[in-house]
Amino acid sequence: MSFAREASRAVRSTLVLWVLTAIIYPLAMIAFGQLVFPFQANGSIIQNAQGEAVGSILIGQPFTSDRYFNSRPSTTNYSTANPQEDEAGVLKTGVSGASNLAPSNPALLDRIQGKSDPDPEKAIEGDLPRLQQAGVKPTHDLIYTSGSSLDPHISLAGAAAQIDRIAKARGIQPNQLGGLIRQNTDGRFLGIFGEPGVNVLKLNLALDALNPVP
Amino acid sequence: MLQGWIQIALTLLIVLIVTPILGGYMARVFFGERTYFDRVLIPVERMIYRLSGVRSQIEMTGWQYIRAVLISNLVMAVFVFTIFMFQGVLPLNPTGLGAPTWDTALHTAISFVTNTNQQHYSGEVTFSYFSQGLALGFLFFTSAATGIAVAIAFIRGLTGRTLGNFYTDLVRSITRILLPISIVGAIALVALGVPETLADPVLVPTLENPTVQQAICPCPLPILKSSKNWAKTVGGFFGINSAHPFENPNGLTNLIQIVAMISIPSALIYTYGIFANNRKQAWLIYGMVFGIYLVFIGVAAIAEYQGNPAVNVLLGSQQPNLEGKEVRFGWSQSVLYAVTTTGTMCGAVNSMHDSFMPLSGAVMLANMFLQIIWGGQGTGTAYLFAYLILAVFVTGLMVGRTPEFLGRKIEKREVVLTSLLILLVHPIFILIPSAITLAFPDQLSGISNPGFHGLSQVIYEYASAAANNGSGFEGMGDATLWWNLSTSISLLAGRYIPITALILLAEGMSRKPVVPVTAGTLRTDTGLFTGVTAGVILIMGALTFFPVLALGRSRKPFKLPEESNL
Amino acid sequence: MLTDDISRYPEFMQTPQGSNSLSSSSHTGASRRHTPKASMGGLYQRAIREAFVKLNPRTEVKNPVMFIVWVGTIVTFLVTLDPNLFGTVQADPAQQRLLNGLITFILFFTLVFANFAEAVAEGRGKAQADALRSTRSDTIARKLLPNGSTQEISSTELRRGDQVKVVAGDMIPADGEVVKGVASVDESAITGESAPVLKQPGTDIMSSVTGGTRILSDELIINVTSDPGQGFIDRMIALVEGAERSKTPNEIALTVLLTVLTLVFLIVVATVSPLANYVQAPTTIAILISLLVALIPTTIGGLLSAIGIAGMDRVAQFNVIATSGRAVEACGDINTLVLDKTGTITLGNRLADQFIPVNGHTVEEVAQIALAASVFDETPEGKSIVILAEKNRASVNFKTADATGVEFTARTRMSGTDLPNGKEVRKGAVDAVKGFVRSRGGVVSTQLDEAYERVSRLGGTPLAVCQDSEIYGVIYLKDIVKAGLRERFDQLRRMGVKTIMLTGDNQITASVIAREAGVDDFIAEATPEDKIDVIRREQSEGKLVAMTGDGTNDAPALAQANVGVAMNSGTQAAKEAANMVDLDSDPTKLIDLVTIGKQLLITRGALTTFSIANDIAKYFAIIPTILQQQGLVPSISCSLKVLDRQSFQR
Repeated sequence: MSFAREASRAVRSTLVLWVLTAIIYPLAMIAFGQLVFPFQANGSIIQNAQGEAVGSILIGQPFTSDRYFNSRPSTTNYSTANPQEDEAGVLKTGVSGASNLAPSNPALLDRIQGKSDPDPEKAIEGDLPRLQQAGVKPTHDLIYTSGSSLDPHISLAGAAAQIDRIAKARGIQPNQLGGLIRQNTDGRFLGIFGEPGVNVLKLNLALDALNPVP
Repeated sequence: MLQGWIQIALTLLIVLIVTPILGGYMARVFFGERTYFDRVLIPVERMIYRLSGVRSQIEMTGWQYIRAVLISNLVMAVFVFTIFMFQGVLPLNPTGLGAPTWDTALHTAISFVTNTNQQHYSGEVTFSYFSQGLALGFLFFTSAATGIAVAIAFIRGLTGRTLGNFYTDLVRSITRILLPISIVGAIALVALGVPETLADPVLVPTLENPTVQQAICPCPLPILKSSKNWAKTVGGFFGINSAHPFENPNGLTNLIQIVAMISIPSALIYTYGIFANNRKQAWLIYGMVFGIYLVFIGVAAIAEYQGNPAVNVLLGSQQPNLEGKEVRFGWSQSVLYAVTTTGTMCGAVNSMHDSFMPLSGAVMLANMFLQIIWGGQGTGTAYLFAYLILAVFVTGLMVGRTPEFLGRKIEKREVVLTSLLILLVHPIFILIPSAITLAFPDQLSGISNPGFHGLSQVIYEYASAAANNGSGFEGMGDATLWWNLSTSISLLAGRYIPITALILLAEGMSRKPVVPVTAGTLRTDTGLFTGVTAGVILIMGALTFFPVLALGRSRKPFKLPEESNL
Repeated sequence: MLTDDISRYPEFMQTPQGSNSLSSSSHTGASRRHTPKASMGGLYQRAIREAFVKLNPRTEVKNPVMFIVWVGTIVTFLVTLDPNLFGTVQADPAQQRLLNGLITFILFFTLVFANFAEAVAEGRGKAQADALRSTRSDTIARKLLPNGSTQEISSTELRRGDQVKVVAGDMIPADGEVVKGVASVDESAITGESAPVLKQPGTDIMSSVTGGTRILSDELIINVTSDPGQGFIDRMIALVEGAERSKTPNEIALTVLLTVLTLVFLIVVATVSPLANYVQAPTTIAILISLLVALIPTTIGGLLSAIGIAGMDRVAQFNVIATSGRAVEACGDINTLVLDKTGTITLGNRLADQFIPVNGHTVEEVAQIALAASVFDETPEGKSIVILAEKNRASVNFKTADATGVEFTARTRMSGTDLPNGKEVRKGAVDAVKGFVRSRGGVVSTQLDEAYERVSRLGGTPLAVCQDSEIYGVIYLKDIVKAGLRERFDQLRRMGVKTIMLTGDNQITASVIAREAGVDDFIAEATPEDKIDVIRREQSEGKLVAMTGDGTNDAPALAQANVGVAMNSGTQAAKEAANMVDLDSDPTKLIDLVTIGKQLLITRGALTTFSIANDIAKYFAIIPTILQQQGLVPSISCSLKVLDRQSFQR
């Protein structure tokens, strides 16, 4: 068998398989998704009463104020940026990313504990002091960053730890918040697979609905 | 704690149930027996053969098979490389990305054609939809199918049959195994919330501070995703892949992905059992791999569950290490996913391996050095039998006969090929480049974590390349010329040297006369021999990475942040 | 030393004793001695000298594992002279020099010891070769010229095809075939068997003579069949010296594995240095070399050739000459043994087992007549009849001097005695005796035929006994299976070796013997062609076959078999076709050879597994120690302290 024939066979089968797996298959799947599951296929975007998109139920948003249930720390600030100052082009494509800090990396402890430095640029606030200041008993999800930096959830304990602070800030009864947390918890699949998590965006939307911003 | 273990146990139970079904189906496919989709697929395959000029019935010799693998893979790599370099002028480029650097394009093409899917870039900002969907998506299928075809050829040779035709096996792997499973998987994933659109990113004002906007990028994921895991790939669209809530939104999608990663490599062992007409041996080997897999999961799970002692001190209680992990997966699903993905050479991650505890990191490294804790699509199974042959040789003389496997004598040629395969590829293509990189840390390495963990990052990167795994300790700045080129060499060597050796080994075995089994034969389908094999696998596999463990990993538990100022 | 170790494997403990008990059928234990042995006194002295001679790099490079040690020794020696040769060392130079010197010494000792082991193994062969060579000293041969006269020439000038004459007291000058004369020959130089052997022309087996043996009586004309230097003893010398020792397939495969392992360790150790430097724990070159030597499989690497030599030596101790180590190892892989019945499975002769009376006679009467018919019979069968008859209280009741013995002839197929009282007693083949009785006017009863069939069914040979016209009964001559064979065959079966018996006997007789001996299969009424057919049939199933043979017509089968063992008493053709020659001419030894082959493989396998396991164990023990020793220990203990502190805090 000549080399030319072998090569021609390789080229032809590459093209044929390319058409099959890279064109026919994905187009069929996109068409199927758009027709059958349009909500999911477009990113599970939720809208407010006015029909404006407020976020995706699958993607977390940054919350750091006392009035909201805080989400987990994020290395990309949940793919957000001020449109006026978006030099990195975050808003062009969206970003995700993790800290990739090893357990032994001093930077990890610095980030958690905070680090004072004469140079204010180098000083780190630290998640732990921030939480302690706000009177929240720290849980592991609230001090560790997530893998995607877009984690929509916090743990049940992490949410419960924040109840008192939010109740104080908003002047509402803590037991009302407990009910909200339960309603906005995504459980395990079949009660077995995965971990239950409180969807922070949904929870905070419900919180605003209960106690609108003045 | 208990809940986490139950999740792991039930997932593994599902894998156990899938194995004989899928394994039996694959045996029927490659025996050319009747299968469910014949009516649709036979005409499709005929057309593919006619268009590609493949005469599907012609048997290939060992070297013909190897040449077919190499030439077809070369053509695919060149094709994909060309697409990358011209992505600026190709359609489906909403964010207007230009061509990547040539070395990134080269590394990515090689990485995906070798079924490694190691990434030295972040998907969102480097490659367009066209490059990702139409170039990488294509390689997800063909590279996995190449692996399966080689495994089947190897099993055929080992059991005394002719090797078959590479193109026929390649096409059948795609049409009868990968595509059907991918279609089902894609439908399931999109139903569960994985977006499927070609639309541009959506910008929304954030709830807390509307002046800040969030970019939500619901790109065409499931098409890549389902083929990704089944076709053993990483990549995906996002740099973070399966940790991203769009790629892996809940417990069920995670379960589907884990089963997807593991089902083909594990079922191939069963397929071997059917080919060799010795299901007992298949289950014993299966049990051995399963046992090692369980131990690895256990070790990593305990390490993650106990968490980072330095942080636990600050928290005031013992809490799992959640750095780089998602709340919806917790420690147990993250560990299960990590051990599975490194073991099956999948390379998708649902949590960040760089931030795992040292012991878990050692487990992941061990997975890549051994390459058989299920192993890559196809090649993992072939490796497993190469280990078996080595175990037969090392211990077989002790029954007072020339060692034989499946009735065929293990002689010089077999020892040369298996020891090359198992013992030499890794030291040469992991340790040597690592040593070079670490000899010039300032010029070459781009290490992001200090001290011993930095060493592990380098070793992990080359191990991942040579084992065709693809996962990484992603903190490292590896998008440099040095990293792209040096890992490309490890990628190519780690893929094509073993494939060549496996095919030659299989062909040589198939030509040997079969010595009948007598009372004096060393039986390889006994529990004792399987135990011996496990020992050989662990010891031989550990030879390469033990010094690294001794230097880096094993010391990391003692290496606490307060004193690691190296 | 190595061969002694082998016998510690319980499964094979039976071998040496077993072989003796089997061999004792033809040799008494005391008369048997091994191949001539030179004194082993000088052996060790020579081996020590050899151990240093072998340090020559051209010799060492043949063994890659040991060559690496050799190179390492040179390098450590250099850094002993100048510790800073390969970069500045922080430690005190004097201390460093002492350490390097110690390492050099240990490495050097390793090399010398490995060479010594090999030299000892080789030395045993050399000592045997020397002993053999002493028997080969040039002799004066009387070459027969075409005109019938003789010419005295040196034995080294003899060529194939020459004819020589030897007389009592002469050393036989070369290997050859007897063409004329009958003489007894002392072959103890090669067989260790002190009893002289009868040599005469014609018969395959008895006509072959070996150069270096001594003729004791009479004279022989011998046709020389080998050129000088290629005779049997020369080949034997070459073999035991290991000159033709080629690596066996298993040895080659093992060498490959060991080389690869060495290469792996080489890479590992070479890369440890930059890795250790990166974490600021630098290592010195002497430490790295000693690490490497500790890791590479020196145990098996140094002994691999010694094991092979020891294997040959062990076969030689069993008085078998193997043409290659390959043949010895092949014995271990044998699946099927093809054995001749006569001489191998049964004693050569049949013995009387029972008297079966017919026509209303008693056993005593039959015994009495049989005894009378056998008093002059000097054959083993005849003697066994006498013994059996005496057991049955028969006695000779006539003067033997007055009686006349009647010899067995192929025509009459009977023998017997003409008694002083004129009566004729006969014993012989049933048909012949029937004829004899009829000729004397007697009648033949059906009872005789029944007894005949009964004996045949039992696998025996029936002999009818008569006096004049009266048939008294039948003697049941039985094939006697050698003692202990059944157990050996069982043992072989457990090892996975199948035994096939070949015999010229009829189907019934063959099946009875086969059952009694416990062989797995048999071929009855076999011709020499059947032998080669059965070998081919087994080989076509992928089996390895071993067989023994002695005649010229066995030569094709010996060549066809994977292991062919020729008897030393056999013809030159048989010996040349075979790949082993048994100097004791004991066919049963084939079974021992299978065991030896297995022992060789087991020794090699066990040593390999042990050595690799050992080296790898060292690997896991040494690497952390070395790395800690390089200044990392304090940081570990310090870390442990920190951990302790933390657990207190918790």
